[in-house]
Amino acid sequence: MNIFLELVHFLQAPNELLRWFIDLLGSFGLPQWILAIISALIIIGTVIGVFLGLFALMSVMERKILARAQNRYGPNRVGFFCWRLCGLFQPVADGIKMITKEDLVPRTADQVVHLLAPVVMMIPALMVLAIIPYGRDMVPADLNAGILFFFAVGAGTEVAVFMAGWASNNKYSVLGAMRAIAQMISYEIPLVIAAIIAAMISGSLSPSAIVAAQGGFAWGFVPQWFVLTPWGFAACLLFYIAALAESNRSPFDLPEGESELVAGHLTEYSGFKYATFFMAEYIGMFAVCGMLVTLFLGGWQAPLPFLTIIPSWCWFFGKVCFVAFTMVWVRATLPRLRIDHMLAFAWKFLLPMSFAAFISAACWHYAGRGPLAWLLSLAIVGIPYLVLGTAFSNRFAVSRRTYQFSE
Amino acid sequence: MNFPGSGIIKGLAVTARNFAGSYFEKDRLTTEQYPEERPKLPENSRSFPFLIYDGEDPEAGMRCVSCKICEKECPPQCIYIIQDRDAAGKAIKRPKIFDIDISVCMSCQICVEVCPFESIRMDQDYELSSFDRFGSLILDKSKLLKSNAYYQSIHPTEAAETDARFEADRKKKEAAAAAKAAAAEKAAAEKAAKPPITPEAGA
Repeated sequence: MNIFLELVHFLQAPNELLRWFIDLLGSFGLPQWILAIISALIIIGTVIGVFLGLFALMSVMERKILARAQNRYGPNRVGFFCWRLCGLFQPVADGIKMITKEDLVPRTADQVVHLLAPVVMMIPALMVLAIIPYGRDMVPADLNAGILFFFAVGAGTEVAVFMAGWASNNKYSVLGAMRAIAQMISYEIPLVIAAIIAAMISGSLSPSAIVAAQGGFAWGFVPQWFVLTPWGFAACLLFYIAALAESNRSPFDLPEGESELVAGHLTEYSGFKYATFFMAEYIGMFAVCGMLVTLFLGGWQAPLPFLTIIPSWCWFFGKVCFVAFTMVWVRATLPRLRIDHMLAFAWKFLLPMSFAAFISAACWHYAGRGPLAWLLSLAIVGIPYLVLGTAFSNRFAVSRRTYQFSE
Repeated sequence: MNFPGSGIIKGLAVTARNFAGSYFEKDRLTTEQYPEERPKLPENSRSFPFLIYDGEDPEAGMRCVSCKICEKECPPQCIYIIQDRDAAGKAIKRPKIFDIDISVCMSCQICVEVCPFESIRMDQDYELSSFDRFGSLILDKSKLLKSNAYYQSIHPTEAAETDARFEADRKKKEAAAAAKAAAAEKAAAEKAAKPPITPEAGA
């Protein structure tokens, strides 16, 4: 019984398990700095392992979800010896294929930069995982400016994309990389403004403080997540759309628009380097999903009071998986945008809307966070949305095509 | 309801309906999971020709008489026939070698049209891939010969028509033979009844 309770306790707080293990090692007389290194290595290994596992799962689940949305089965063959297991071993087969493939480098490519680009892409994707609160007291690095760190380091992927495009010495690669840069820089602004709104309301740039600000329940059962306020809902959607663009996902996957650009900056990559890009993109996507959950969906907080018995990290990863699922859902639904539509959308719609959400959040705060504040912030977000949205739909409305000569 | 963004919500609803529906409504999924699920081929589908035999023994029941009409008519010339001979060197109505090169055959069915003995027909077997580029794609007599029952199973209408015609022919032949036998018997009886003409009587 005691062991069972211990087990439940460790499930609730795996960080306690780590502390227990480190104390055990400390009791053997190991010096403090070695303990610190071991503890750090365990945390890093766990985080990277979990996210690589999520990447592997996502790579097969995305295909299965897309297939189901199109009334197909999706990958369901690769199994373990004679067990098929719904094709869940597909990532293993993909991984073996990617590793054993020939690594082609164009003769005229910049060999060093071509080799470095996937590595440079991977590093920020892994580094930003450090500041996300995965559960109660489970932040690998609890920086007091964690949000700033996330966006500052996360912007490093843009350099990698351009390195890849430039080093490949291929016109499609350069064009794709330029598109990717244009897209990422344009969408970074609404992304950061949406994040600033959450930081502003909770009064801190530390992700754990932002999660703590969303804790507790109004009237005992309504969670106080930012997404449940008008400005928070708007900011969450803005962040979500910008996150789709930042992680080059459909409908903003123009940098890899195969119909015009082969595969954009990935054109000249094959084998394991391509796999590294792919992996970095997915891990970056999970990181930005984690940030979305932290900023607006209450982080590791349970949605109802009695559900707190489920470990906090389960809630966090459940929410991340839900957001990732919606991203696949959006991919199954929306076609790819045209490049000028995409940039116009960023600058003429998302940017004004993020300012509106910003002002709305400020008004909500200064109007006392009461019912009046709700109405005020709803109006400040809703009216620009209707006006801008209508103007935008009229601007890009599809009219019946008329033929000059054939009718 | 028409507000900015309502089109996206409608689209998301469509994909969600398809996503959830594919788990509950089996007829949404049109995929045939091939090695386990086989397509029910239409009766008139065809791949390559095969030879029919009647009865149990392929060699004895072979319908082919080695007339070589199909060999001559075959446009890509994928059929190769050598007539069998007995010990004395006399030709027998049976092929010694009957090969069809299905890497050359174009499934035109002309051999089937011209065969006067209903011996060559189109198969429906499509799992013919092999690791060997030439050898395994030349089908010899042992691979080509398939029973009439198999033919019945793949092309029931055609096979029933052929079998009915064979049956009618057999009955007609039997009737003719019976009539002939009866006539012969009658003749013999008449011959027996008639008193032999003796030279003395006429004298």
